[in-house]
Amino acid sequence: MNALTGLLGALTAEPTDEAGRPPVVRLAKVSKRFGATTALDDVSLSIQRGEVLGLIGRSGAGKSTLIRCLNGLERPDGGEVEVDGRSIVGLGERELQPLRRRIGMIFQHFNLLSAKTVADNIALPLKIEGQGRAARRGRVAELLDLIGLADKANAYPAQLSGGQKQRVGIARALAARPALLLSDEATSALDPETTDSILALLKDINRALGLTILLITHEMGVVRAIADRVAVLDEGRIVEQGPVWRVFATPRAATTRSLLRAFQPTLPEALAARLAPGRGARSVVKVVVVGEQAREPLLAELALTIGARASLLHGGVDEVQGRAVGALFLELDGRNETSFAAAVDFLRQRVSEVETLGHVVDDA
Amino acid sequence: MSSTMLELLWPSLLETAIMTVAAGSVSLALGLPIGLLLVATDRGGIWERVLLNRLVGAVVNAGRSIPFIILLVAVIPLTRLIVGTSIGVAAAIVPLSIAAIPYYARIAELSFREVDPGLIEAARAMGGNRWTIVSEVLVPEALPGLAAGFTVTLVTLIGASAMAGAVGSGGLGDLAIRYGYQRFETDVMIVVVVVLIALVCALQWVGDKTAMRLDKSGRFRAER
Repeated sequence: MNALTGLLGALTAEPTDEAGRPPVVRLAKVSKRFGATTALDDVSLSIQRGEVLGLIGRSGAGKSTLIRCLNGLERPDGGEVEVDGRSIVGLGERELQPLRRRIGMIFQHFNLLSAKTVADNIALPLKIEGQGRAARRGRVAELLDLIGLADKANAYPAQLSGGQKQRVGIARALAARPALLLSDEATSALDPETTDSILALLKDINRALGLTILLITHEMGVVRAIADRVAVLDEGRIVEQGPVWRVFATPRAATTRSLLRAFQPTLPEALAARLAPGRGARSVVKVVVVGEQAREPLLAELALTIGARASLLHGGVDEVQGRAVGALFLELDGRNETSFAAAVDFLRQRVSEVETLGHVVDDA
Repeated sequence: MSSTMLELLWPSLLETAIMTVAAGSVSLALGLPIGLLLVATDRGGIWERVLLNRLVGAVVNAGRSIPFIILLVAVIPLTRLIVGTSIGVAAAIVPLSIAAIPYYARIAELSFREVDPGLIEAARAMGGNRWTIVSEVLVPEALPGLAAGFTVTLVTLIGASAMAGAVGSGGLGDLAIRYGYQRFETDVMIVVVVVLIALVCALQWVGDKTAMRLDKSGRFRAER
């Protein structure tokens, strides 16, 4: 393992808040079963203050159950759930109610009350909190400005577009100044453009208010757009977690790889079909570059230092969290074992990951 | 229309209106909470009490299954206890109410069940208690359905009040039976039937308008 992978390892370890404050959310060994099916299996997870954590998984992976364990809508069978430093396992409905007022939640289908106007929907958490009409009105006006729907205060949800409805949902979730925002597939029912505008709004709110956000999604694009860290849930277990750029660059779990497929360059099919294991005249090597690595004249240096001539078959470099993250497929002459090994060693020192995929067999 | 016909018709119409409105009000006041109770106490409801749910459900079913004409006679002792007599408008209100309460309870239950569970979840996630869920979510969201169901109940009550005429309750039904049927004055019967049709049509029209006005979701409008 080289120095960089060591660094990566350190970054993926349990993060700590610089100020030493407790995480906003801490789950330890949480499990939940529904009859014979295991929804959550030994899940441990922390969310730091001000962080946006993306929780991704396929449908049925347990995402919804996990998010509902945080506000007590679901009760775990075992394990510890702490929100804002307070354990919520074993609390009764009455004790959970004031706690839930500190947690905002937005939903895939918005869940706005159809019989209430936009303003009354946004005011509901404040009404529940017991605020008077005048105080509510002021806060609602603030929130309407924040979401850019001041002119829709007296409209009913049925008169709004999907994106507008979700904006109202966000305003309602923020009304009682929560410490944590839960987003349950909040953009899954929206078209791509609206999704982008909603994600941008959430990111703005995260930056401006320092609000901690947990968003669950089945789309890596959502995670990439706004999350700082990502946790991958598969069959009730967290199979991978780390900074988004790290997971995008070097996904480890099979589930993560398959969820990322659309975002990563893959070997063109025509070549992949002719790929055989072992070395050959046309050996194929995949290298993963992150950050500054992507800028270096890798192939020129390889030729100058080792004397190996590599050609670029395919690849791409993308930007994730402001870092370059890319995968390149190189073709090298692998007939000489020593020189091939030297070339691979050289690459290993310069990039994040090197994988020898095999060699291309020519059509005979 | 002769003046004698009008003299007969007007008090009868008034009696029918009194019976319908009185029994309707009772069914609204008692049937609506029972409908709410049936939804709340059901499995997965906001106040899960399955045994109570089954019990109330059975009582409601029993009330719904007794033919009205039998109920009319069967509750006479109770009617005497409450009203002091078993004949007349006031006396008819008792069996009419008893029949209408479980009827409206089931209709109200259906309306409450139509409320999107996601809205209840949202209210819970906001930290709302049961009262919040009832007053801010269930009742306002179910209101158009509750209004439409109440119209159905009132129309049914007009029909039932005519049946109550068989035991001398007064009202349009009583008039039709005494003059139209027993005295073979077919013209009276026809006039009564026409008045009943007009009454039901007017009531339905008002009910539809009310439900539509209460509906902000666009659901009722779309269905029509």
